[in-house]
Amino acid sequence: MRLIATLLFAALLVFGIWSFVDSETFLLGPMPDGYSWWWPEYTSTFGGDIDFLFTFISWLILVFFVGTMGALIMFVFKYSKKREGKAVFSHGNHKLEMIWTGIPAALLLIIAFMQMTTWADIKFAGATAGKQLFAEVFASQFDWRFRYPGIDGRFGTADDIESVYEFVVPVDEDIVFNLRSHDVLHSFFVPVLRLKQDAVPGMTIPVWFNSMEEGTFDLICAELCGWGHYKMAGRITVVSRAEFDQWIVDKTAEKYSNGQENQ
Amino acid sequence: MSAPTTTHVKPGMGAPGTVREHHEHHELSFLRKYIFSTDHKVIGIQFLFTGLTFFVVGGLMAMAIRWQLAWPWTKMPVIGGILFPNTGEAITPEFYTMLFTMHGTLMIFFVIIPLLTGAFGNFLIPLMIGAPDMAFPRLNMFGYWAMIPAIACIVMSFMNPGGGPAAGWTAYPPLSTIETAAPGSLSAQTYWLLALTWIGVSSMMGAINYVTTIVKMRAPGMTMMRMPLVIWALFIAALLQLFALPVLTAASIMQILDRTLHTGFFTPTNLVVNQMNPEMVGAAAGGQPLLWQHLFWFYSHPAVYVMVVPAMGMASDILATHARKPLFGYKPMVYSLASIAGLGFIVWGHHMFTSGMNPALGMTFMVSTIIIALPSAIKVFNWLGTLWGARIRLTTPMLNALGFVAMFIVGGLSGIWMAATPVDIYIHDTYIIVAHFHYIVFGGSVFAIFASIYHWFPKMFGRMMNETLGKIHFVGSFIFTNCVFYMMHQLGMAGLMRRTAMPYDYETYAHLQPLNQFISISAFCLFAWQIIFVFNFFHSLWWGKRVGRNPWQGCSLEWEAPSPPGHGNFDHQIEVYRGPYEYASPEVEEDYLPQAKKLS
Repeated sequence: MRLIATLLFAALLVFGIWSFVDSETFLLGPMPDGYSWWWPEYTSTFGGDIDFLFTFISWLILVFFVGTMGALIMFVFKYSKKREGKAVFSHGNHKLEMIWTGIPAALLLIIAFMQMTTWADIKFAGATAGKQLFAEVFASQFDWRFRYPGIDGRFGTADDIESVYEFVVPVDEDIVFNLRSHDVLHSFFVPVLRLKQDAVPGMTIPVWFNSMEEGTFDLICAELCGWGHYKMAGRITVVSRAEFDQWIVDKTAEKYSNGQENQ
Repeated sequence: MSAPTTTHVKPGMGAPGTVREHHEHHELSFLRKYIFSTDHKVIGIQFLFTGLTFFVVGGLMAMAIRWQLAWPWTKMPVIGGILFPNTGEAITPEFYTMLFTMHGTLMIFFVIIPLLTGAFGNFLIPLMIGAPDMAFPRLNMFGYWAMIPAIACIVMSFMNPGGGPAAGWTAYPPLSTIETAAPGSLSAQTYWLLALTWIGVSSMMGAINYVTTIVKMRAPGMTMMRMPLVIWALFIAALLQLFALPVLTAASIMQILDRTLHTGFFTPTNLVVNQMNPEMVGAAAGGQPLLWQHLFWFYSHPAVYVMVVPAMGMASDILATHARKPLFGYKPMVYSLASIAGLGFIVWGHHMFTSGMNPALGMTFMVSTIIIALPSAIKVFNWLGTLWGARIRLTTPMLNALGFVAMFIVGGLSGIWMAATPVDIYIHDTYIIVAHFHYIVFGGSVFAIFASIYHWFPKMFGRMMNETLGKIHFVGSFIFTNCVFYMMHQLGMAGLMRRTAMPYDYETYAHLQPLNQFISISAFCLFAWQIIFVFNFFHSLWWGKRVGRNPWQGCSLEWEAPSPPGHGNFDHQIEVYRGPYEYASPEVEEDYLPQAKKLS
């Protein structure tokens, strides 16, 4: 049993280290192109800060994981051998307690303080205050709707444009939008943008991001919103400024040709 | 104190056997002895059987969830025809929502909390502090019987013709309060809330009893700082329940009122749910959905600690006993338990980092959450300190306790990711969270429960459980648990959302199906492996090897009583002379010095 127990805990240690150092082929072999067992590549401006913090904490976790699991494995192997005699008669050690309270406390405080600016930049009201509103986003069971101010740049006018499912935004610009819901809770989650914000009925929540890359990305509802939660999908299409302006012009033309202008 | 006076062992009545003989004269009827019992041991065992039964039900639900995630919308073998005759024998989206709602609810409120506080709290507290019974035996009986309406309500909720409750175990409004938001649920959500309220009543009765018993009924010489850690842990868990439960009860009554009398505590104005404005049919509005989240987590975060603090205590006791060494750092262990509990009241907001709560408040909760990692770390170091220089006996309880420590390390460390607010933006509500809390509650608490059952089974029933079967059970459970829950971290890394019935239509998640199939197969193996435990449990109940008072050579007081202890617990006067972990003491020849042993 001594060997089996040691191997069992050692297997967890190896498994853990493997998942950290080899995120490409961990356990199930090579991943499809563009995928790994780590986070997907970020495309937003604040993605770098978030990923740095995640990676930093991950390495810290790995060090403590190896240290504590290593000690556990060693102790189980070493101290389950002898049957005769007595264990060391010790009720503890004040100095050791101080060390293993002090060091983790210092590390935890470092983690606490180093994340504050990142959090403030992403979520605090100051990050969006005074900036021009790009769109209004409405979540409802079970779709996403996006309203643009249209060519005149003002909301609530006749040329407002509405888009369902697809959120077209220009690249390399701060996109500030108001997130709303009028039925239940939803959550606006775009993995590659590292952006998640619940939509709460009765509240208007300003959100911002800045995508550094063009492309099409999944928008996923991350808060249980009913039986159709799983299919509440959307798409973010990031294009160049010129393409975006053209898209607005096309949408406006389409709207008037369909005879769907507001009364 | 209303403890029955007949069960008190008066000083001077010390001859072994007097209490038992005394009781054989008025033998209680079967009904009073095993069903409507006021004996804390019987009530504890009632909680044990109830909890384990619901463990099977909740486990089956998990298996159905795993089936859907591995092979979505496909014919479910064997039982598909019975459950889903109208949908091609496959799970429907509505049923999937109900499944994870009920899986969470049952596992938390009907399995883990009743097993830890109800079963072991009841059984162990009087025995380990040297008391003949609880302070309020009848209240204690009521505590168990309050479970019955709770069970009735949860069954009613489950059997609701349109479908069960479908708002998740957190029951966030407006999904949970507006009927058109989850059309299938109808009255199911109301019954669900009533069940929760009754569970609260049960826990409250237990908590009052535990606190009073521990404060007032300790044997002579049993100072607070001589109590075994499991008693400290149960004491602290009971205090958590006492202060947090009223808030949940109030909140669930508010939600019941929102649903039945159409008050508007959690309903904002101008809702349009499923083309219907609740105000059109006379419902009040002007409330705040976030209010529920605050109230709910103000209870449910301390409840998370109710689900792990007793497990920590049990593991500490079992580790020291089978390592044959005093627990390393008794006082730091007590203080860290107390600080986990204290801090546990000011971290609830970390469930709400992305909820729309003021981000400045989020920063405060981040700091308190980061700090709460510290006492947990101290506990791990002290457990390792206990193992250092020990004479470890790798018995089944010890293996499970070691498994607890190993998996608590994993679950505890992954918690640091979650505490970091910017990181939480990405991982909130993903499978990293699911992996984290299953490592704590399954890898941690459930393994501690297994350890405790193996460890205290001889005291409960006077017979040993089979060690060989126990070890086989542990090895398989440990392997499959890690296969299931470790890999969920990888799902979460890919950003996979929890509560998603069919993720593979998203480009982001399309590659995750093989991994989910691996997890599901491991989960089925894990479930099947528990048959060994069930067989071992029932086989040992009737045919296990009979044991004496102290099969593990433990130091604490429960081992002074006969196995199983009779009504009134002890057959001789108990007096305590020292702390609970005097293993390897140089004062005596053998390697343990019981708390109640008088040295000349």
